[in-house]
Amino acid sequence: MKQHLDAYFGEFGGMFVPELLVPALEQLEQEFIKSQNDPEFQKEFQQLLNEYAGRPTPLTLTRNFSPNPLAKIYLKREDLLHGGAHKTNQVLGQALLTKRMGKKRVIAETGAGQHGVATALACALLGLECKIYMGAKDCERQQPNVFRMKLMGAEVIPVDAGSGTLKDAVNEALRDWSASYDDSHYLLGTAAGPHPFPTIVREFQKMIGEEAKQQIIKAEGKLPDYVVACVGGGSNAIGMFNDFIEEESVKLVGVEPGGHGLSTLKHGATICKGTKGVLHGAMTYIMQDEDGQIEESYSVSAGLDYPGVGPQHAYLHDTGRAEYVAANDDDALDAFQRLCRCEGIIPALESSHALAYALKLAEAATEETVIVVNLSGRGDKDLAHVHRVLEQGGHYE
Amino acid sequence: MSKRYSQLFANLAEKNQGAFVPFVTIGDPNLELSFEIIKTLIDAGADALELGIPYSDPVADGPTIQKANIRALESDVSPSDCFDLLKKVREYNSDIPIGLLLYSNLVFAKGLDAFYQSCQQIGIDSVLVADVPTRESKVFCSVAKQYDIAPIFIAPPNGNEDKLKQVAELGQGYTYLLSRAGVTGTETEANMPVEGIINSLKSFNAPPSLLGFGISKPEHVKVAIESGADGAISGSAVVKIIEDNLDNPTKLLAQLGEFISSMKAATQR
Ligand SMILES: Cc1ncc(COP(=O)(O)O)c(C=O)c1O
Repeated sequence: MKQHLDAYFGEFGGMFVPELLVPALEQLEQEFIKSQNDPEFQKEFQQLLNEYAGRPTPLTLTRNFSPNPLAKIYLKREDLLHGGAHKTNQVLGQALLTKRMGKKRVIAETGAGQHGVATALACALLGLECKIYMGAKDCERQQPNVFRMKLMGAEVIPVDAGSGTLKDAVNEALRDWSASYDDSHYLLGTAAGPHPFPTIVREFQKMIGEEAKQQIIKAEGKLPDYVVACVGGGSNAIGMFNDFIEEESVKLVGVEPGGHGLSTLKHGATICKGTKGVLHGAMTYIMQDEDGQIEESYSVSAGLDYPGVGPQHAYLHDTGRAEYVAANDDDALDAFQRLCRCEGIIPALESSHALAYALKLAEAATEETVIVVNLSGRGDKDLAHVHRVLEQGGHYE
Repeated sequence: MSKRYSQLFANLAEKNQGAFVPFVTIGDPNLELSFEIIKTLIDAGADALELGIPYSDPVADGPTIQKANIRALESDVSPSDCFDLLKKVREYNSDIPIGLLLYSNLVFAKGLDAFYQSCQQIGIDSVLVADVPTRESKVFCSVAKQYDIAPIFIAPPNGNEDKLKQVAELGQGYTYLLSRAGVTGTETEANMPVEGIINSLKSFNAPPSLLGFGISKPEHVKVAIESGADGAISGSAVVKIIEDNLDNPTKLLAQLGEFISSMKAATQR
């Protein structure tokens, strides 16, 4: 059994946290390693995924969404997972780890509220106390999710500091954890943050890609040409990519939030436009000024509104194994509406960024092309917000 | 490495005193007043200074010091402004040890080499990077050493013997001893005694230890020194005086001076 996991992906990753948090992170790493080799743990995790969360999720061939008969667009239906997004997968894993460590309380940050909802449901199920930090601005644009969390017994703390979005919620959760690690687990919601989170979250999300690979081979008799996922912190994308990384014929595309456009200051395209630096415990690509002060990101979708990205994505970008592009707010809103109308599926605004890029790929296809998009979540949470944006003529703020 | 810390601790030992070290954020609330504040700290009896460079995301800090960072950033204080101010502080007093406290991204953004070189040129004695624990410290230590800057490490209350040994071996100048878990702030008081950790650190020949986090009253300083610490660091309590007197600089400096003197007086053994 391995004693430690690699803390770095090339030059990216690491554990840049106050000394106080190192024992808590090292304890988590050890518990994770043990659980990976414990059939009881694996059995319980599998059982929860299958019987509670609804795995495996289907792979759906869209009937009308693709604008080009040469291009087939498949959707990996994480929107059908209990909780409404892929977030539930890894939360169940980490919640079981919390129990194993004998901790009674969970703290988490949330952006779109999907991770908060997933955390709240897992805590309700497993009898854990639950406290969610959420940016004040996000609380406002994702109202239904705030209510969902509260219904399931979570305490939701709005964070006013900074931009009042995901970054600030992570800061606050880290501060809480540095006083509470004895009895609390910080259940980080994406494949970013200090080691071992990027690895743990990937391992607890990798079934997305494993299932999708089997499903597409069954449907098409071959691997897809493209696998596309939106990238906020990077959890749905890394979960989708992981099993395809060694399949070199498959192009992996991560879609970042282009906001009002990459030539403006209002976007969250960390890999496309950012530079190397440390945010929330990891060396990765971040949005910062020349002094190293973190800049505020922007996106129409709260779940992608984050000025950092998981370190493995930084590595996949630098090694050229994956490509990272951006879709603007408007493209995402168009794709959102198109999926509603063409397929009767209301996607999350986050996932709509991946859909928008898939449309571009499809339009450009000159030969038969198979595209698999990770539909990371459903759009119920976004209805009020999209309604308001569309009423204002498609522009938020 | 500069001799300022070792000289300080030798002088204090002769006088049978511990060290009192105040912390403020450089440029809080603006550069001009910040210089007056730092001079007041020195004149009122601070034995050494711990000075923070303002940062957008200070995750190890509680509300009081977060607000100090925001005030400085809102006054457009950049790291290079901080270095200019530090130069003036060093000209004002050539003997007092000056330690910097900041976050790793500011160091990476400037480049490690350029950063530590500037520190040396200005006469900075130590650097504590709040989010660089011992396991990530290798390059930081080697560049610090090259420029004669003491790397400061934090001895956490939850550290095992291995951790304390590492802290003892890597740290120079002084050891930052945490009185409790959590972030900076007076919301949670210092939790003493810490004799066990101090004894372990001594057995590993660690640099002298200064107790910090939640130190806001002369009694805290007294208890810290009675527990065997070589001194105490007070940040949020000092910064709170700034926050409470933003509209009245004269009163601010007067209160600050009084507070520092009372804390220093409690260091007599
Ligand atoms: C549906 C959905 N997709 C994607 C994301 C972005 O996160 P990640 O990049 O970790 O998958 C979120 C985050 O809240 C989300 O709710």
